[in-house]
Amino acid sequence: MKAAIVLFPGSNREGDAFRALKQAGADASIVWHDDHDLPAKTDLVVLPGGFSYGDYLRCGAIAGRAKIMDAVRAHAARGGFVLGICNGFQILCESGLLPGVLMRNRDLRFVCKRQFLRVERNDTVFTSAYKKHQAIDVAIAHGEGNYEAHEETIRELEDQGRVAFRYCNADAVVGGAANPNGSTNDIAGIYSEKLNVLGMMPHPENLIDPLVGGIDGRGLFASLVAA
Amino acid sequence: MTAQTSKEPAITPDLVAQHGLKPDEYQRILALIGREPTFTELGIFSAMWNEHCSYKSSRLHLKKLPTKAPWVIQGPGENAGIIDIGDGQAVAFKMESHNHPSYIEPYQGATTGVGGILRDVFTMGARPIACLNLLRFGSVDHPRTRHLVSGVVAGVGGYGNSFGVPTVGGSTEFHPSYDGNILVNAMAVGLVKTDEIFYAAATGVGRPIVYLGSKTGRDGIHGATMASAEFDADSDEKRPTVQVGDPFSEKLLLEACLEIMRKGCVVAIQDMGAAGLTSSAVEMGAKGNLGVELDLDKVPCRERGMTAYEMMLSESQERMLMVLDPDKEAEAEAIFRKWGLDFAVIGKTTDTLRFVIKHGGEIKADLPIKELGDQAPLYDRPHVPTQKPQKLDSAALPAPLTIGEALKKLVSCPDMASKRWVWEQYDHLILGNTIVAPGGDSAVVRIDDGPKGLALTTDVTARYCYADPVEGGKQAVAESWRNITAVGGKPLALTDNLNFGNPEKPEIMGQFVGCLQGIGEACRALDYPIVSGNVSLYNETQGKGILPTPAIGGVGLVADVTKAVGVAFKNPGEKLVLIGEGEGWLGQSIYLREIFGREEGAPPPVDLAAEKRNGDFVRDLISRGDVSSVHDLSDGGLAVAVAESAMAGKIGATVSAPGGDAPQNWFGEDQGRYLLAVPAAKADALLAAAKTAGVPAAIIGETGGDVLKLGADKPVLVRDLLEAHESWMPAYMSGGKA
Repeated sequence: MKAAIVLFPGSNREGDAFRALKQAGADASIVWHDDHDLPAKTDLVVLPGGFSYGDYLRCGAIAGRAKIMDAVRAHAARGGFVLGICNGFQILCESGLLPGVLMRNRDLRFVCKRQFLRVERNDTVFTSAYKKHQAIDVAIAHGEGNYEAHEETIRELEDQGRVAFRYCNADAVVGGAANPNGSTNDIAGIYSEKLNVLGMMPHPENLIDPLVGGIDGRGLFASLVAA
Repeated sequence: MTAQTSKEPAITPDLVAQHGLKPDEYQRILALIGREPTFTELGIFSAMWNEHCSYKSSRLHLKKLPTKAPWVIQGPGENAGIIDIGDGQAVAFKMESHNHPSYIEPYQGATTGVGGILRDVFTMGARPIACLNLLRFGSVDHPRTRHLVSGVVAGVGGYGNSFGVPTVGGSTEFHPSYDGNILVNAMAVGLVKTDEIFYAAATGVGRPIVYLGSKTGRDGIHGATMASAEFDADSDEKRPTVQVGDPFSEKLLLEACLEIMRKGCVVAIQDMGAAGLTSSAVEMGAKGNLGVELDLDKVPCRERGMTAYEMMLSESQERMLMVLDPDKEAEAEAIFRKWGLDFAVIGKTTDTLRFVIKHGGEIKADLPIKELGDQAPLYDRPHVPTQKPQKLDSAALPAPLTIGEALKKLVSCPDMASKRWVWEQYDHLILGNTIVAPGGDSAVVRIDDGPKGLALTTDVTARYCYADPVEGGKQAVAESWRNITAVGGKPLALTDNLNFGNPEKPEIMGQFVGCLQGIGEACRALDYPIVSGNVSLYNETQGKGILPTPAIGGVGLVADVTKAVGVAFKNPGEKLVLIGEGEGWLGQSIYLREIFGREEGAPPPVDLAAEKRNGDFVRDLISRGDVSSVHDLSDGGLAVAVAESAMAGKIGATVSAPGGDAPQNWFGEDQGRYLLAVPAAKADALLAAAKTAGVPAAIIGETGGDVLKLGADKPVLVRDLLEAHESWMPAYMSGGKA
């Protein structure tokens, strides 16, 4: 698995993603946002967390139009894998690779805490190492994670099985107090139509170590490397 | 005299006073330069000689503090202190206040506080790996408190989260003495290789001085002067002197600076913090025994028509000054351009020992560079010691509440309630190395892939310092040392942030001198030197000073993070061991304040020898893996320590207090004590080892169940305590009853 992590000005979880990929056995490298091309034979593009361009405009809006994103779109169109985490998810929405938008959290505050997610399906390249409807314990750290889209889009996402993860409690019960940001249908992550692009607000890359909270995040990277 | 003064205001006594310079200080300027200063020069003097930059009231006393140890690489005087942690690695850290700006504009005041301290750390070549803070707000009933808490917390988070450093620890408390002067103290910790440390001192004549980072604007002019004056009723009008933070630019500046450092381009580097370009340029020259000549026409400006005076005093954020290796100037410039940052050669080093400022073809300032710093006024301000308070007769207090009722009240009072509402707004998980997260005794952050880690904590008990500055100063250091010990760390060094009122008042100066005496004694006894710090005086509004608050930021080394422990009970059926002893000291306790509304008596004394003996013993147990959890006893004494461990682990306990069920035995704040949870099979050996080491130790109970059974008192459900503990702050911030 050859992975390219795109570094935008203001990205700050590229090292965390690198560590998780390396641990899973991927061959990961960092790519500069102003480059035109991805490294040859890239299998997976990762758009890491952070505050690209300070998030001073809409989150991800400027990064979504960076030079490298043309190459990322082409990579996705060819069926290549793309993973956007947190700010990366916002960038995917801004770049047209995923529908919808991430609005400010319901209570208007940044929130960093541990969070359970329900794995909605385990037949994708991103989730094969998990069980269906497993509750995984990962982390969130965002101020704008409240997923919104047109009713029609939401219906499409639901009908096509494109919701990847939903916010839940430890018993895999979705929604209610377990929804940390007001996200529609408790959506924490979504797939593209061909299931080769995943955008998610939570941080699986921060839960890969028993000493640092747990290892429930490993499954996502292990799934990708096995793909 | 070559400096020209065209189009600049005439120097009048009023103008001098507006610059915060006293008449005798102005006379000192005249004597030093032998002529009347220009307007720009007056601005430069006011920036260099205010309290914030010159430490004129505090220098004399700071000199008495212990700053050396074999592991100290850099003590006070640089951007940050540096200690050696072995294996070619070093830790750079410092704490700094942004009190005055945060009161006026809480969000921006807090962001720029965090930004400034991060810059101090990466200026030395260190990559920041953790931030902490110490926040003090006014009474929860004060109409402005919610607004200030909300803005400051969002600001601290807003900067650190975007910059990409985990905020792993801190403390947030309330007291009416901070109603008009909140405290926002931020600490940053960075990692650097011992052979890749950078300093401020310039070397070599004729080398280019380069301006890097964001453009210069009119924000923050005279910010440091503001920080050196009391607030009055018009303080809100000072908003334009508060700078605006831009964590995005700072993140780029970090990456660009570390990149050109790695490439060997940098000779000297200094961040533009308080007093901006003035202070950074003077320090680089003065420390390197060189003159500095700046051409302000080359300074990247955000606004048109800025004068020399404004440029020299601007406190625009995210800026750096460097002396570069002339052969690598082009390489450095390319790196800065890649990161989209400004890069301009604005001057050069000279052999004249003069600080020369040119602008628009005129010389706006020509001053002796070393004297600007060295000859700053130094005051031995009159100080009267605080009268020793009488010891409170703890046994004579009535007991209006049961132990359980009192405990519930304490764990949900503003100072003791969970601060989850605060720290969940801080990204404390980024970088993936946070082993012990906020809410414990110390945070523990792993270094790279381990096994080493750092234990980090900020502490001070201001009510003790107010009652008895010497004991309070000792206690602040001892508690810091104890908190690091409690996670298994070896305390190495500390940074201090000395927040006090107006030093021109002898009783306030007495608090300052007293606290420093206590701090110094404790640092010496515990082998815990001070390597950096900051002094914030004039924390007064309309003549009312804050509680003396010498914040201590401690750093310790955890040799193997897999052995670090937290406060949470881990397993039922374990023995609870109390290390240390006390008489049940309720003077100045949280119990006395929260149950009786009294802030009285002498604070608990600190026996530094016992402190060291007990702590060394506990640390040794942790390193051998003999204990499951450790919590130091501090605010609220034994009962609160048991409750916090129970709530954190969601496991109950049955405990009897040594000395019986009198409140003083449960809530006394006697120092030098720890609560340990130990596997039952190891308890006897532990007691035997304690006896050999001369450490007081006793089995006082056992973990298990879902209730706390404290002595003969009615059992209390742990989840009820937790509910009370967790709900206060969210309820308060959402506008509920305080």
